[in-house]
Amino acid sequence: MNIDLAIERTAEAERELADELLQVGERHSTEHDVFDLTRSRAQQAQANLERLAAAAARYGTEIDREPSAAGGVVAAVREKAAELLGRRPEAGLLLLADLEQLHLRASRASLAWVALAQAAQAAKDAELLSMVSDCHPETLRTLRWTTQKVKDSAPQALAAG
Amino acid sequence: MHRVEARADRIADPWGERTPYGPGGEWPERVDVQLAEELTEGEVDSWHRSASVLHSNGDALDIAVKDGRIVGVRGRADDRVNHGRLGPKDLFGWQANNSPDRLTRPLVRRDGELAEASWDDAMDAVVRRSKELLEQKGANALAFYTSGQLFLEEYYTLALIARAGIGTNHLDGNTRLCTATAAEALKETFGCDGQPGSYTDIDHADTIVHYGHNVAETQAVLWQRVLDRRGGPYPPTLICVDPRRTPVAEEADIHLAPLPGTNLALMNALIQELIANGWIDRDYVERHTVGFAELAKQVASCRTEWAASICDVPAAEIRAAAEAIGTSERLFSTVLQGFYQSHQATVSAVQVNNVHLLRGMLGRPGCGLLQMNGQPTAQNTRETGANGDLPGFRNWANESHVEELARIWNVDPLEIPHYADPTHAMQIFRYCEQGSIGFVWISCTNPAVSLPQLGRIRDVLARDGLFVVVQDIFLTETAELADVVLPAATWGEKEGTFTNADRTVHLSEKAVDPPGEARADLDIFLDYAGRMGFTDRDREPLVKWTDARSAFAAWQECSRGRPCDYSEISYDELRNGGRQWGGERLYGDGRFWSHPDVCESYGKDLMTGAALEPVEYRSLNPDGKAILKAGAHVPPHESPSDDYPLCVITGRTIWHFHTRTKTRRAPELHAAAPDVWAELSQEDAERLGVADGDMVAVESPRGRVEAEARIGSSRSGVVFVPFHFGYWDSGGVDQRPRAANELTRTEWDPASKQPLYKVGACRVRKLS
Repeated sequence: MNIDLAIERTAEAERELADELLQVGERHSTEHDVFDLTRSRAQQAQANLERLAAAAARYGTEIDREPSAAGGVVAAVREKAAELLGRRPEAGLLLLADLEQLHLRASRASLAWVALAQAAQAAKDAELLSMVSDCHPETLRTLRWTTQKVKDSAPQALAAG
Repeated sequence: MHRVEARADRIADPWGERTPYGPGGEWPERVDVQLAEELTEGEVDSWHRSASVLHSNGDALDIAVKDGRIVGVRGRADDRVNHGRLGPKDLFGWQANNSPDRLTRPLVRRDGELAEASWDDAMDAVVRRSKELLEQKGANALAFYTSGQLFLEEYYTLALIARAGIGTNHLDGNTRLCTATAAEALKETFGCDGQPGSYTDIDHADTIVHYGHNVAETQAVLWQRVLDRRGGPYPPTLICVDPRRTPVAEEADIHLAPLPGTNLALMNALIQELIANGWIDRDYVERHTVGFAELAKQVASCRTEWAASICDVPAAEIRAAAEAIGTSERLFSTVLQGFYQSHQATVSAVQVNNVHLLRGMLGRPGCGLLQMNGQPTAQNTRETGANGDLPGFRNWANESHVEELARIWNVDPLEIPHYADPTHAMQIFRYCEQGSIGFVWISCTNPAVSLPQLGRIRDVLARDGLFVVVQDIFLTETAELADVVLPAATWGEKEGTFTNADRTVHLSEKAVDPPGEARADLDIFLDYAGRMGFTDRDREPLVKWTDARSAFAAWQECSRGRPCDYSEISYDELRNGGRQWGGERLYGDGRFWSHPDVCESYGKDLMTGAALEPVEYRSLNPDGKAILKAGAHVPPHESPSDDYPLCVITGRTIWHFHTRTKTRRAPELHAAAPDVWAELSQEDAERLGVADGDMVAVESPRGRVEAEARIGSSRSGVVFVPFHFGYWDSGGVDQRPRAANELTRTEWDPASKQPLYKVGACRVRKLS
């Protein structure tokens, strides 16, 4: 049984997603909805990590729950850079690039949840399955938001000016 | 008929004398009249049919004219909306039309200063810049930001010009600030915009709930109807949800005062109580809705004690409200900005729809629901597509809807942007800030006072390279930042129709000529279309109408067969009184405009705003039922902290409308509320050492406001600042900051994109 590995892999993907969300938010702090939503979604990813940690304990393993890049001097520098850059049209192109990265992270996390759900069913672990069915929709929600935001932002970034 | 003295003091008593009535009875008439000094009704030369434009209630009135000037108003006894009554803003606000500082000539900025110009010069400047940008940067370099105060015919014309003439995705109204959540909540639940209820539901209801709706001040005549039921036999139970002790809260049997940002927690607990106590109509839910299992799962853990601790409202009061709602037989609910402009706006407003669906209380007398509007003609921006929808409640994500519209307009479907949700106002200003929009035409609204975080908005509007056109009747704070100012005619000076918050359409006649060279907004738009040379696919002029009546006829065709069908409503008929589209109530048969082929929207994820794909919607709701949508409470993005320990919320007062451009020019209204104030709770005031009447500074991370303190009407932890006050009559922001939006945060609801003026942290200190 490698369920502990599947949990660790999912946790790693969620942690990286949370990190990326926070960084993208800081880089685009002048895009107010991006700033707020990335933080909300990062909190949700963090909540998923807490649930994963509890599951990991049952399988005798431990996972790292702390996002690495949030806050502090680096964040302040990123936000300042965003303010300076935020008044230029190129900000739209940078946002598209960052959303792509975010989409890939969310995709990876989502796939990890799919694998974990399959494992939970094969192992007949109802508790684990229930946790996955609570948490995975939140990751999918982040994934869909990145798609929506690309749809909304691309016309202006690519075809105006 | 009950006729009230023409000079009754409606400042001292804004709601006037009571005319009580019982359930199922006819609301008695009471005709309110206000004429210029010394004038009697017999001396008036002529009366011209219209309705009020200083709120969304749509109170029918006649405009009195003597010697070519407006000299007063009289409520229409025969109209279904008001039975003759008028609110104080209507009784006095007409005086603004005659104000000596009306704009009477176009202004063009030369060498940094606005100077008078001819219409030709001004329009040439606008057209030249439009064409340059179209050629150099494309259609999405141009944006239009309109109002909730123009007429239907004007919005429809603007929608055609912007969408198919210019071809830009950037057209929105300031209705985004007041009514976007109402529209979105209706779309999410019923698949389509359209107010289910009717004002006449008040005549029948046994329980009335006002959610975040200070109806006493925002729709004074609607409140009179409620008070008259309350004063009659078998009065309805009244429930108020509002953090402030408003006149509605004073009157209510149950007043829930949740902390700002906690509406969803409260609503989820109320719904949990309804389900747990079996106060739901299972048969109705089964036959007419989808999504019950998810909703039940979502609220299952939302115990009343949990909500009580989050909202800081006693659990017993939440239970009492749930019982009153759950055991009512005729439930009438209204919702407004306390929900729409607060955290988790759409998903909270949707829960009120859910209450009515769970109880099976829709479309019958007394069983109604109004997701209210703030501004008088907000409904029409939504209907005509001037607010970020397609005309006629068409679905921009449904190719066949776009094709139908393209046929009506005789253009290629590709000419109508429908690749994404039309750009909302806050994003339009963000693109202006970025520089990818180089032209913004602002009609009949004042973003330099009304948008959040004014320091930022002033910078955006003054940005080099942004060409700003302002079309208005006064030199507003926004007009002062414009490159071209176009003087417009207003209510009473032009013809057109508009629709209130219960779908009642009124005709507003031209009573007098506009001052100087001012022109009807419709004529300005038509002039622009002509000069731009917009054509359809046969190279004929794109805009095929020439005046309000022919514009209305075109709209009748565009709306034919859609939910907001005007094809049977004619100007001639409207001269006999207001008429509702869709009949008195919608959805009485439990059938909705939500079938996948029909619906205005496939819906969104309410937490992030991500749209559902058409196939997902089709599998969710193949039979066109109502949709029960759920959501979890999450904390607001900005909560009180050590530095900013209080919440600040903004809102309206009964005496003023919007940014006071008209009501400031009515002496009685100005005297009633001449300057901004900040309302504090008794506890907070004592802690801060602030007494009633002291000057205080309210500070947020965005800015500060200096205002007189009023003690007692807010709940603890909450500061209220009215949003009407700006700078054109005060000496400017540098002398004394007083616009509430100096404080507010740039944030909007993920689904409705409505700015959130009622979440944000602040601190208060006494000024010496």
